[in-house]
This record gives sequence, structure tokens and C-alpha cells, in this order.
Amino acid sequence: MNDVQKNADGLAVVHQPLAHDSAIKHVTGRAVYIDDMLEPAGVVHVYVGTSSCAHGRIKRLQLDAVRACPGVVAVLTAADVPGVNDISPLHKGDDEIFASETVEFHGQVLFAVAAESRDVARRAARLAEVDIEPLPAILEVAEALEQQAFVDPTHEMVRGDASEAIATAPHQLDGEIHIGGQDHFYLEGQAALSIPQEDGDMLVYSSSQHPTELQHLVAQAMGRPDNAVTVEVRRMGGAFGGKETQAAQWAVITALVALQTGRAAKIRLDRDDDMISTGKRHDFVARYQVGFGPNGSLHGIDIKLAARCGMSADLSGAISDRAMFHADNAYFLPAVRIRSYRCRTNTVSNTAFRGFGGPQGMMVIERVMDAIAAELGLDPLQVRRANLYGGKGRNLTPYFMTVEDNVLPQMMDELVVSADYEQRRQQVLDFNHDSRVIKRGIALTPVKFGISFTTSFLNQAGALVHVYKDGSIHLNHGGTEMGQGLFIKVAQVTADAFGLELGRVKITATNTGKVPNTSATAASSGSDMNAMAALDACNKIKRRLSEFIAEQFKVDAAAVRFSGGKVVFGEQAMDFNELITLAYLGRISLSATGYYRTPKIFYNREQARGRPFLYFAYGAAVSEVEVDTLSGEHRLRRVDILHDVGRSLNPAIDMGQIEGGFVQGAGWLTTEELWWDDQGSLRTHAPSTYKIPVSSDVPEAFNVRIWQRGENLEPTIHRSKAVGEPPLMLAISVHSAINQAIAACAPQPQRLPPLDSPATPERVLLCIQQIRNGAR
Amino acid sequence: MRGDIHFLLGNDVTIVSGIDPQTTVLDWLRTRARRPGSKEGCAEGDCGACTVVLGELIDGKLRYRAFNSCILLMPALDGRQLLTVEDLAAASIDGSGLHPVQQAMVDQHGSQCGFCTPGFVMSLFALFQDTQRFNSGADGGMPSRHRIDEALAGNLCRCTGYAPIVRAARQALASPAEDEFTQRSGEIADRLSQLQQAARQAGGLHLQFDGRQYFAPTTLAQLWQLLEQHPDAQMVAGATDVGLWMTKQLKVFDVLINVCEVVELQGIRHDQENNCLVIGAAARYSDVLDTLVDHYPTLRPMLTRLGAVQVRNAGTIGGNIANGSPIGDMPPALIALGSRLVLSSATGRREIALEDFFIDYGKQDLQPGECVEAIKLPVHDSAGQPRTGSSESGHHLAVYKISKRFDQDISALCAAIAVRLEDGKVASVRLCFGGMAGTPKRAVKAEQALIGQTWKEATILLAQQAMGDDFTPLSDWRASSEYRMLAAQNMLMRFYLESSGETVAQLPLAHSA
Repeated sequence: MNDVQKNADGLAVVHQPLAHDSAIKHVTGRAVYIDDMLEPAGVVHVYVGTSSCAHGRIKRLQLDAVRACPGVVAVLTAADVPGVNDISPLHKGDDEIFASETVEFHGQVLFAVAAESRDVARRAARLAEVDIEPLPAILEVAEALEQQAFVDPTHEMVRGDASEAIATAPHQLDGEIHIGGQDHFYLEGQAALSIPQEDGDMLVYSSSQHPTELQHLVAQAMGRPDNAVTVEVRRMGGAFGGKETQAAQWAVITALVALQTGRAAKIRLDRDDDMISTGKRHDFVARYQVGFGPNGSLHGIDIKLAARCGMSADLSGAISDRAMFHADNAYFLPAVRIRSYRCRTNTVSNTAFRGFGGPQGMMVIERVMDAIAAELGLDPLQVRRANLYGGKGRNLTPYFMTVEDNVLPQMMDELVVSADYEQRRQQVLDFNHDSRVIKRGIALTPVKFGISFTTSFLNQAGALVHVYKDGSIHLNHGGTEMGQGLFIKVAQVTADAFGLELGRVKITATNTGKVPNTSATAASSGSDMNAMAALDACNKIKRRLSEFIAEQFKVDAAAVRFSGGKVVFGEQAMDFNELITLAYLGRISLSATGYYRTPKIFYNREQARGRPFLYFAYGAAVSEVEVDTLSGEHRLRRVDILHDVGRSLNPAIDMGQIEGGFVQGAGWLTTEELWWDDQGSLRTHAPSTYKIPVSSDVPEAFNVRIWQRGENLEPTIHRSKAVGEPPLMLAISVHSAINQAIAACAPQPQRLPPLDSPATPERVLLCIQQIRNGAR
Repeated sequence: MRGDIHFLLGNDVTIVSGIDPQTTVLDWLRTRARRPGSKEGCAEGDCGACTVVLGELIDGKLRYRAFNSCILLMPALDGRQLLTVEDLAAASIDGSGLHPVQQAMVDQHGSQCGFCTPGFVMSLFALFQDTQRFNSGADGGMPSRHRIDEALAGNLCRCTGYAPIVRAARQALASPAEDEFTQRSGEIADRLSQLQQAARQAGGLHLQFDGRQYFAPTTLAQLWQLLEQHPDAQMVAGATDVGLWMTKQLKVFDVLINVCEVVELQGIRHDQENNCLVIGAAARYSDVLDTLVDHYPTLRPMLTRLGAVQVRNAGTIGGNIANGSPIGDMPPALIALGSRLVLSSATGRREIALEDFFIDYGKQDLQPGECVEAIKLPVHDSAGQPRTGSSESGHHLAVYKISKRFDQDISALCAAIAVRLEDGKVASVRLCFGGMAGTPKRAVKAEQALIGQTWKEATILLAQQAMGDDFTPLSDWRASSEYRMLAAQNMLMRFYLESSGETVAQLPLAHSA
């Protein structure tokens, strides 16, 4: 790493591997999260009582004992919501703040209690007497499919005649794969603090990716207009999609308590309650039918994707859409039909999670590649290469977008060499020949990930830049910081725009009072959009300054340059600060808003046609694993990654996203298992039972490189590419490598047993048993 | 007994009184001491975001060890030094404002969202202190990747993928310069020694709050007396389990008795006369790990995967036994070794085979007024041969822990197998499993199928079959009944293959680099 790219001016701001702006605060414990803020005098602490039944009618909610508990200040139920009792992001009315008549999942919030201390609130919440009459609950995707229980209509994407192409192909295969969900496990749990203001207004501090939506939902619940609410987010202790819609409920509850009590109100969920009561990555059941040629090239494919959406729609529609958009991954599907079922279950409503359905879609097609290779006895890489998108005639996606920027053939060629794939594959085969108990597997999988919100109107962003009289700069924009380094990237762009050192730019908390009507910081779009908006604001101020100089010094405004802390025009130069003083005295506005909307994109969802993405981000990974065939345990031996971030705005930050995304993806596919019991109660709801990767799960040979030839063909900010989500899907190589190791247990090439995810030792061992028994 | 808690917060003597003894150190730091640097990520000692370092006198020497402050009770600070992330920056020598481990985390981009970072910094600080102190290892004290992973296994990070944190560890440990804490270690040791002496002179702690009581006696006689007076008292040692009853189940105990300060319950010693190792019930894993591994090298993988370093620094072997968990990792190994348990009370002392202690799920053979005093492990067999697991003696010993995640996970099952071979036949065998029944339990039928038989694959197949009648394991979130049985049977095969010198029989589960 540390491959520094210099920009054209040789300025050491953009394209530099600078530390996260809060790094020193992080390591000294001085970075402030919601629960670290100095509490206002008289703050009350809020906790919630939840349903212990997956589906039922609320017959009685007896809260007298809760109210009577010493230290309790207030108790709120659905009846105490002055406005609308709903936090559905799409206003579907299916996400109540407090359950009113029925409960739809185990862990659903019934009431809130506010007390003088968090301890009292938690204890009091357990004193409720709740009588719920159980109703039949749908707990599995298969049941929902059978009963046609959906949160959103079934959607289809068709290009060509898939069934004809499959039927006439030389080979056919069909299969099913279950892809597990994933808890976000942000280290900072959900938290919010609301402080009442005059006129019944509300100031809300929240750990949220979506301040604007939260502002609106708080206002709606209070029965007030949006302008009565201000939401501020300085930073989150991790989010990963889990604080896009899921932060709202807790913030809204604190606002309602603050409204009713007139006191500041704070909530911080315990980890168990956080995991039980907030949504996760959707688990999918996928089926495929595929027809292919003797070299493994696809003729036609039919894919059905069924997602566990949980009890409400939340963002499941868009998530399922993105799964469909990525069911091709990097491959040209000559004739294709993709159907998506959005299943309604009596489990917590699933939500956004890094990749937003994309990972599940990709898992299916990568499974197809492995299955074809096993069937034909080929190296899976050969099958993958045979199916990559290509030039004219092989560059149209299932949704009729032309792939114009495909760099995977070059990247994969480079990676094959740098990872020494060919030789290592042979070594793996030799090893397996001689080893009875331990088997190895190696796999190379690519990633092609579409960048832009697929809901086109969300692709807009705003910024606010002030230059103060002393020349210091105040930067604000609609994006939120969750650790991904968005703030430092936008600050780099801003400093660069004025030709100043980074230290001159003050990074400030996201605030709905400064930049309104923003989209969630999501879909990897944070720096693409907010840095562009900030640049727009900077350019407005620079234009005014240039015109001022042109007028004062009789030079051409176009010739004014901002560089090295100076403003240069013709033969003259002046300190930036000096110029600002003059400009202020000359009554020039030194503040500007900036705005950006992503160009080119459009999508007709009815017809499933259009260009939903501005561009694609690419990457590829080689993983090698070792499997103990007696226990099913496995270890990652080596990982090689080559990832395309365009021209990196900050290679250090981007490396962090690639390494971290990969490991998070590997956890999703191996150790992280969500386990519900037959009553619909989640039993893996804490780190003692839900296992995200630790340090020793990451191999010593973890060779991650940013693709040096990367450059965005689209005129994005400094030609960079989005990096938040795509690297997660590089981890599919781990799952594929485990498949290879399992395949090595078979006496001869045969159909792969369905290794579902996560590939726990149990799933791996049972697959090994199956293949040893020669099951087909 | 004394009614307040005396400790060093950083370098300042701090006396805390009138506090609920169930208050965790984390809550106290964040709400009372206004030190919000340590974070709560789980409140069950599994994520490490709350990691603090305690300076403790161990055999008269100052040691710095990492603890989970979310399940560490305030009275446990008595006589110790508490260091938090706030202390590190304040103490930087070169004036940069950062300790070398903090600087390395910045330089290597070891933080993203930053929430887990203070915990990692403190775990790295503890490793830094250890590395300085022992300066072991071939290349000038640089710990191996394995050692770094061990030190970090109790800290979860969801953002970075750990690679930059491992790089930071290497940067900080490449040339571990002295820091303020090593420079002042003599002075701190003296002050802690004074605190400790004062505590012993006072006869331990007795805190009262809201009609509830907390005792930390310092002698066994005192402990017996307290147990007699308060037969319903909850005993607590490292609180790695009892702590969760408080933070998760919100349990309140009328009387808590902490056994950790009892002098007679400390440490591990080799009783030459009776040919056994005696582990004090309050000896913590970290205190006895090296000695245990010296005697039984094959226990090392299990011992270093038991909890994580923060848990092993607090948790005791006596506690792991006394709470009767069916999935504790230590009892199967101890039972396979033929360990005995010493139980004592004001009225006497008795010794039983460890397996007899576990009667049923949640039910142990512990009488009112009685405490676990010690565990005795036989060192040599009747023929005087060491049970070290070396093949020359005929003894083979292995413990296999299977869990979803390699480090810091609770076993789906744990197999402890001790076999002695004589002339190719099984002379003695003890198979004990965790996770297969409501208690740690021996596979008696499988043992019968092995005893006296020739040590060959066909014998193993018969024993595997017999094991099917030994257990009816549960299905739960850790594993299904089917998997547990299959894997348990397979562990016997793994053991056989290893004992027969099968090459590459076992997964190299840890980084060797």
C-alpha cells in the first residue's frame, strides 16, 4: 500500500494517503459519540419494552407496575404519539413506533419508559404485564412463498428467451442455495439524544446515516412540520447500512419523551436488544436453471430470488432490485429471466446492509460458475473467464444497460499473475491428492458493482462552505461519517479547491439546519456526491473571488489560480488570507451552498430497462482455504486482492475500505450465523453467540492492492470511484474456495453439494458427508 | 474489614465509598469519573471496546493486564492500578501527546469509526508492556503474528479487517521504547504493595449498600465463616459469568462473596509428595497457563482459545468448574486427566473425582457453606511416567475445541481424550466431552469399546459406534445434534490419526508467522 498518486499540481492534498480526520481523537478516546456527550441537566433515560411473541393480537398492556417503579418519569405507548405512529421510510404505514393492535415480530417495541437512570428504565421496562393472543406466524421464506405473503409485488427482469436457450443448450443444471443474513454489528449500538427547544421544536442528536429522513419522521411523529426539527450527526461508531432506516425509531422515541416530559431524553440500546429489535441483511433462498456449452459458457439462465424481508417493507423493494441488478455480476447472460419475491415473514424487518442485496445476487451466479465447473471438471476460473462481459454483442446487462467501462479482463489477468494462481492451483490439487484429512481449495472471483442509487431521485447532494474573515474554512455537507472516511475525503477536495493545506478546513457535524433535503449516506455514493457538492460551493466562492480580483487588479478572472496557500494572477500573488480580508472589505459573499446531481442515469422500472448506474466499480480476489474434513473447520490461508477505485481520493482510506469490506464479507459467508428458534426468537443476539471475524481469522498473507491503472471514465470527483460496498463481495472467493475444497473430497468430478452460507463447520462437514456418499 | 475501595486511578490514589458493589468499572468510569473513552459495545465481555488495563502485583512484581471493564465490578479494583485510554495520551514522554501504541494506530490507519479503538489501544498497551518486560522472541522481542492475534482476540473491530491494527502492533512493538509506565513501575509497585498490605491488615472488604452486602475476605477461614453466616450468598470470582447475570439479567444479589482475594486460593503449585499439580480455586487462567502448558503441552491450543486474554485475566478455573456449565472448556480436559476436586467448609474438607461434581444440568455437588478450594491434577501415572502426551511414555493427550469461530468462541463441542498405550493396546482411556450433554461427561461406552483393544482404525470405528449410545446431544445455535455427534466421533478418529503419526492430520489453526 501507500502507493501515492500525485495530482497534476503536485499538491499534497487530494490523492494522498492521509490519516482519518478523527484518528487522533479515536486513539485517545476523545472522539465524541452520542453516549459520550455531556448530558443536559435533568436528562431522562429511556428504555423500551418489547414483544416476546412473533405474531399476535395485543389483548392487554398493563403498565401500572412500570409507572409505579421509583425513578420512573414517564411511560409512552402508541396512544401517546401526537402525530403519526409510523416510521416506514417509504410511508407505507407498516412500521409502527409502538405496536398498537398486533405485534408482527419477536422483539417489536410495545412501549417506552423514561426514568432518572438507564438502570431504572431497564428494570422498570421488565415489569410490564403483556397479554398477547398468538396468531399464526410465518417464520420461513418457504412458508411465505407458499402463502404468497409478500411486502412488495413480485418483480421480473427479462432479456431474450431463457427457457428456450436453456432447453437447447448442450448441458443443463439446476440448483438451490440458501444465503444467510447478517447482523451489522456496528460497535456503537443505536443511540439518540433529544433536547426540547422553544416553540415545541426539537434538537435531535442521533447515530444515523440519514439525518433528513430522521428529521421528517420525528416531525411526523410529533405532528409538526419538518422545520420544527433539527438533526445533528457528528459521527457514528459504525453503521454499514444498519443506521439508514434503523436509527429512526430510537430517535423518534426520545423526541416523543422529550416532548412529553419537557426534559432532554436519551436512549442507548443494550447490544442484545439492538440485535433483536433492529433489521439485518436479508437472507435469500435462490433457485437457478442454467443451460451452457461444453466450455462452460452460458446459453440461458433462469433465476428466482426470494428474500426474507421480515414484517414490513422498509427498503426491501430497492434491496431486492439491487439483488436482481447484480445477479449477472461480471458475466454476460445471453438469455435471462430473473424473478424476485419479497417475502413477508414474522421476523424483524430486514434492511440495508453494505451491498444492499448485491452480495446475495452475486452469490447465486458465482455458485452457478462453481457448479458448472464441477459438472464439467474444469477450473472454475476458466468458466468465469468464458462468461465475462465483452465487446459489442456481449456487453448488455439483463436490464439493457451497456457495460462501457469493463476492466475485469485486464484486472483478472494481472491478479492471476500477481497471486500466482495457476501454479498455486496445481499445488492445491497435488496437496489434496496426498492429504487424507485436510483438503485445500483456491478460487478467483470477480466483482462488478453498479454505482448510483437505483432510485434515481436520491442521486442528489448538497454542501455548505463558509470562508471566515481570517481565511479559515468551515465545511459542511449532507453526508454522514460512519468511519468510512467521507469527511476527510471531502475536506481534501475542499482544501485542494482553494489551494490550501488540509488543516485550514474545519470539518463539521452533519446538520439538517445547514444542508437540507439530503439522501442517506449509502449506496457507496457518499464521496461521489458530497465531494462534488462541496466542490460546487468552493467554485462559487472562487468565482466571486476571481471576479473581485479581476476588477481590483485589472486582470483576467480566468487567469486567477488558487495554489499553495496563495492566489496567483498574472505576475502577482497574494496570500489567501490577505485576499479574503480584501474581499470581505469589498463586500464579497464568502459563503456558498453547493449542489450535485448525478448525470446520465435513468431507469424505467416497469420495463426493467435503463441506465440505473453512472458507472461500475470492479475488483477481483483470490482466496485459498484449508478445510479439516473431520470437523468441517476451515482457515483462510492466503488472500490476494486487486481492486479498482478509479484515481483514489485517499489511498489509505480506500485500502481500509477494501480490507475491511473483504473481512466483513468473509464473516458473512463463514462464521456469522443468525439462528432463530421455532418461536421466531433470535438466539444469536450478542457477540457471545454471533461471531464476527477476529484478528486471527485474517491471514498473514493478505495482499491487497489498489489497481494502479484505475481511472473513472466518467467525470466523477477527481476521477475516483466509490469504494464503500464493492469490496465486501470480494469475499465470495472464500466461499467458492471452500466449495473447491469440498469438491476435492469426491472420488471423481461430480455435482457439487449445495454449500449454503454461512459455511459454518457444520454446513461444511455435512456437505463433505454428502459428497463422500456420492449423493447427486 | 474495610468499607471502601482503595486503588490508583492513573497515578492518583482514589477512594470510592458508598457505591453499589455491583457497579461495573465501565459504568463508574463513564458516568462518575467522566472518562468516556472506554466504550460499551456488548456489556458481556465479548467485544473488548471497554478494555482497560489493571496494574497488579503478582508475586511481588507489577504486571499490566487487560480486562473487560463492562463486567469488572468496582470492588475488584481494590489494591490495583486502573489505567484507561485517557491515561495513555496524558503520559506520553516525547510530548507528542500520544503513546507509541496510539501513534502506531494513527500511522497505520488502525481506526475507522473509532468506537472499538480505545479498547484496541489498551490491549496493545498491555501487549507493549508484556513485550518490554519479557523481551522474549528471537528477533529482538517482536512478538509473532500468533502472539499479536492472541493479544487482540478479545477485541472486535467491524471496520478495518484488522490488517492495519496488526501493522500498528508491529510498528509499536518493533522498538518498544520505555514509556512512562515502565519508568515509574518501581514507584507504582511500592504504592500498590502498601495498598495491598493495608487491605490485608483490614481483613478484606465489606461493602454495604441499600441493605445489600459485599465481602472480599482474604483468608480461607474468613471465607468459610462468611459462607456459614450467609449460606445463600452468591460467590463470585472473576465475574466473567456472574457479571453477565448483572448486566443482562439485571440480577441483584443480597450478599456477594468475592473469593479472589483469599490468599490460600491463589496460584498453582507442584505437590511432589502427592505427585500432583494443585490449582487454587481462585487462580486465574493467566496465572496458571504457563505452568499447565509446561506439564501438559497439548493443552496449550485449548487454553489459549479459552475466552480471550481479557477473560483469562479475570476468569478462574475454580469458577469455570463451580458454575457447572456444560460448555466450559476446562472441565473436559481436567476430567480426562483424572483430576480431583477439593471442597471445603468450616466443618471440614473432602475430595471427589471431578466428574462426580457435575450431577446434572445446573446441579453440582456443592453443599451449603462449602466452597471449591482446589483442583488436583495427577502429574505422573502409577508407573511414574509423565502424562505429558509424549508417545514414548505411551500417554497421548489431546483436547479438541470446535466452534464457529476459532478464537474467543464458546465450544459447540469440546473433546478431551487421554489414552495410554501399552504394546499397541489401550491400557487406559478417558474420553470426556463438553457440549454433548447437560454436564461435561465421559463417553463410557466408547471407553469400554477401546479398553484392552488393539489401537487400530477398526477399533476406533467400533468406539465411534459405541459413542452413539453415550450421548443424545442438543440442537441449538452452536450446532445441531447430528453435527455434534458426528464431530465428536470424528475427533476420536483425529486423535487416532495423530497418535499414529498420520501426516497433516490437523489443521494448522493458528498463524505460525
